[in-house]
Order: sequence, then structure tokens, then C-alpha cells
Amino acid sequence: MATESTEPAETRNDASAALWATELRVHYPNAPAPALDSVSMTVPRGSFYAVLGPNGSGKSTLLRALLGMVPHQAGQTQVFGRPVSDWNRRALAQEAGVVTQSESVAFPITVRELVAMGRYPYLGALQSETPTDKEAISEAMRMCDVDNLAQRYLSTLSGGEVQRTRVARALAQEPNVLLLDEPTASLDVRHEMEILELLRASAAAGMTVFLITHHLDLAARFADRLLLLDRGRVAAEGEPEEVLREETLKRVYEWPISVSNDPATGVPRVTPLSRH
Amino acid sequence: MKPITWAAVLGLAVVLVFLLSILVGEADLTPGQVFAALLGEGDINDRRIVVGLRAPRAVMAILVGGGLSLSGAVFQALLRNPLAEPYILGISGGAATGAVLALALGLAASLSWALPAAAFAGALVAIFLVLRVAATADDQVDVRVLLLAGVVVGAFFTACMAFVLSISDARTVRSAVLWMMGSLVGSDWRTVWMVTLYSIPAVIALVGLARPLNLLAIGEETAGYLGADVERVKRMAYVLASLLTAAGVAATGVIGFVGLIVPHSIRLLVGADYRVLLPLAFLAGAVFLMLADIAARTVLPPTEVPIGVITVFVGVPLFLLLLRRSVGAGAGTGVGA
Repeated sequence: MATESTEPAETRNDASAALWATELRVHYPNAPAPALDSVSMTVPRGSFYAVLGPNGSGKSTLLRALLGMVPHQAGQTQVFGRPVSDWNRRALAQEAGVVTQSESVAFPITVRELVAMGRYPYLGALQSETPTDKEAISEAMRMCDVDNLAQRYLSTLSGGEVQRTRVARALAQEPNVLLLDEPTASLDVRHEMEILELLRASAAAGMTVFLITHHLDLAARFADRLLLLDRGRVAAEGEPEEVLREETLKRVYEWPISVSNDPATGVPRVTPLSRH
Repeated sequence: MKPITWAAVLGLAVVLVFLLSILVGEADLTPGQVFAALLGEGDINDRRIVVGLRAPRAVMAILVGGGLSLSGAVFQALLRNPLAEPYILGISGGAATGAVLALALGLAASLSWALPAAAFAGALVAIFLVLRVAATADDQVDVRVLLLAGVVVGAFFTACMAFVLSISDARTVRSAVLWMMGSLVGSDWRTVWMVTLYSIPAVIALVGLARPLNLLAIGEETAGYLGADVERVKRMAYVLASLLTAAGVAATGVIGFVGLIVPHSIRLLVGADYRVLLPLAFLAGAVFLMLADIAARTVLPPTEVPIGVITVFVGVPLFLLLLRRSVGAGAGTGVGA
């Protein structure tokens, strides 16, 4: 529990943070309890940061609140050192790319068209794509291995191909921080690993990655830092070894869990046990 | 074919169908007489028919057909549903009620802008009601609830109109009934200019919103993350599309299904990119309504079938087909986890 501090909140902000929140509280109208309460966190620039927690613990709300998509009732959030309310959406979209949990397209749309939407924050109302835009779009499609699907309609793709297309759209924004909400939830092992390795390579190239996931083992392997949420509060924050402790996980997930060291990867391995 | 080719084809079609439209009519004029009249030569009566009656009617069909088609496409992006359309959503009914009210209260006779303004107010009330009825907890609008809301709001406005008519004089009733069925009869240059003034700025502004409308079609949250100012775009687009619908309804009454058939066909031809879709939908809507007007004048001579009847006859089968497909597949195409 490395989040408590006696210093005033403001001075704890570090200009090198990509995403930063302090004492964040979000309470949806008519909800019995706040979705987030006293959440403080720092995502260092260029880091791979994973957010864990049971269903309904506030992970997606945290993502929305960090980018100003839901209003917060208390606390502060900053993106690259500026309060999120100071950013206009267009400038913010040039810095932060988001892959939400799901989306639905109202009309038939091709892979190329969906990825090209990532260039929206760079283009004027009636301006057509410049060579720079075209280059960013093809580069993003190549990185996500969907360049061979460019003219295919989204409705004809497999779940993995759709997710890779959505990641490609976020990369086409050429963001400095990429936020993803369970992007691999419906994917098989290979497709999941492909996306995670792509994210790790992006982080190594200087991009900040903020990943919401349920896969504790993979989070431990890929992320530099973890944040574990429990009913809207921070249960633990820090390096994988600090966060993935048996006692903490048992309490948060309300299930017997054993944590061992995986000799194959050298990081904690989390095994849910049976209740009796 | 490329979008630019389609634009050229449809632009040419607008010109050709416009010429056809002024060649056809009750008075038996030869093409020679018609063209002479267009150039300001020939018989004064011919000129009066061609320039004074047929031409403004065809231009009105261009403006109203294009406007209804464009606003249909915009409502489809806003509600993320290809079945949205001003007539089905009850927006045309709201506009007609506003217009009838202005007529019945005698406002329309004294103030030239009162009728379109009342139609616009009616359209806004209708869309507000429909959205209030159809909005569920999340921002996803269920297609079935939406259509039901349109029916309910439409029924409400029909009753309002019936009430106003029951306490109005015979002259108001006659023009009001024409409103409810839609007709281009009585289009003159003065109304044409008025509709132009109301709708062309709205058309231009909506085409300017094409890019954010593309983003809205994949969801409001995602559109926001991609840099669109979602609330502002939505507000502007609702107001402009309602204005466009209202301008059409104020001039020609309720003409249904144009905003459904035309954008759907264009989407099949060129895809769903609104930068291409909106201008092409305007051109194709213009062609469609001019053709419907020619049919209205020629299928049962000398009687003129109300043009709203023609568009509904063409639109209903297509609507049912789309509805079956859309409900069968669930509302919208789900993507992602």
C-alpha cells in the first residue's frame, strides 16, 4: 500500500507522469456507493502500467475519469502534467489513444476506414488525408497485422481481427499514451500474446501503456507496475511482486489464491485454489 | 465506380430529370415550346406554365427531396440506426402540427416566416419527445423502442392536428389535409426562395459535420476519445437536420420515407463515409423526389396523386425489409468483447 503520503497532494505530481490522479472520487448519479473513492496513482511516462481488480471494482471508470469522460466529484487528474479539463478533446486525442471494452458499428465499414478514423484529431473538417496521415494509417495497420485485411468489412472479421483493427486505430492516432480496456478478453492465446507483445514493444519505444486486464499472470509478466482496485479503492499499487501477494488477492477477490514464482518467466504466478 | 464518378452521374441526373419534369404536364406543350419558354421566348401562356409553374415545382422537389434525404442520413448517424428517418420518427408530423397550428391561428397569413418557424418548433418538440421516450439507461437506443417512440409521438401529433382542424374553418382544413399527405402543388418562386434560404445553409453546415458524424456512427464514447466534441456535434446536427426537415414540411407537407430509401441506396453504392454519403444523398434525394412528382402527375391523369402517397408506397416495402434484417441481427452489429 504505497499510496499513502503525508505530503500535500499537489506537490506529489511529477511532471514526468503520463497519467496522474490524486484522491479521485467518482460517484455516478443514483449509485449507492462511489465507483471510485480516494484513488491516487501515477503512471510514469514510458511505462507499461496494468490495472487489475474484480468486476465492478472501478477499472473502466478510472480510465474514463482519467481522460475526463466522466466527471469526478473530488480529487484531480492530469494528463502529461495538465489537468484533463484544460485539454480540448482534439489535442487530447493526439496524446491519448483509447481502445474501449467494446463498440458497435452502425453501418458497414472497412478495416481501412476504421483505422483512418484515428487521424480525426489531425484533420480539418473537409481536409483529405495527407501523405503523413496515409503513412501513419499503413504503419498502424502493419504493426497490428491487419494490413492484408484493409478492404474487408468489419462484420466479416473474427474477434481477434476486430480487436487488432481497433488497436491499430488507436495507434494511428500516434498517441504518447495508449489506454486499453480488456483488449484481449475474447482472444485466444496466440492473439492475446500478439497484442501484449505489440504493447510491450510500443512501451519499449517510449509509448506509455495503460492496460486494464483480468489476467493477473500476464499483467505480472508484461507490466512494470500494477494497480489493484477493490470496490473503487486502491488495494495495492507497485511492482508486480509487491501487488500480487496472497493475502491481498484473497481479500480482494474473496477466493483462496496461491502465489508462487514461475520458473519459466521469473514472475509471480497466481493460481486460484478451490474453495474447500 | 468512384464517389466522384457517382457525383457526376447524379449531378447529370438532376439536370436531366429536371428537364423531363418541366417537359411533362397537363398542358400539352412540345419540347420546342418548353425550351423556347425557358429561354424567355415564345407564347406568354407557355412561359407562364413552364417558368411560373413547372420550373419552381421541380426546383422545390430538388430542395425538399435533397433536404429530406440528407436529414434522414444525419438522423441515422445520430441514432446509430439505418431505420431512423424524419417521417418514421414523427419529426415530420411534429413539423406539420406546428405548420397547421400557425395556419389555424392565422399567423401564417400575417408573417411570412411564421409557418417555417412553427414547423421548426414542432420538429424540435417531436425529436425531444422521441428521444425522451426512447432513451434507455445507457446511450444505446434500441431500434424497437425507437420505432415505437416514433409511432407514439406520431399518433400524438396526428391527434393534435385533428383537434386543431376540428375547430378550424374549411379553408384551413383543406390546406392542412394537403399538408398531411404532402404535395408540391402550389410551389411558386417565393416559397422556393424561402426554402432555399432555410435549407441551403443547413445543408452546407451538415456536410461540414460529415467527419464527426462518421465517428458518432461507431459510438459516442469512442468518438470522444478520437477527438470529437460529441455533445456539440450532436446538438448542432439535431437542430440543423430538424431545421432542414421543417423547411421541407413547411413548403410541401409531410413526404415520408425519402430519408430512408435514398441514404440506404447510396450507402450500398459508395459505403458509409458521410463525407461522400451526404452530398450524394442530397443529389439522389433531389432526383428521387422529382421522379416521384412526375409519377404523381402522370399515373392517373387528370387527377394528381399526392406525392407523399407515392413515396410511402415505394418506401414501406424497403422499410419492412430493413426492419426484418435489423431485428433479426439484433440492434446494430456488435463488435469487440
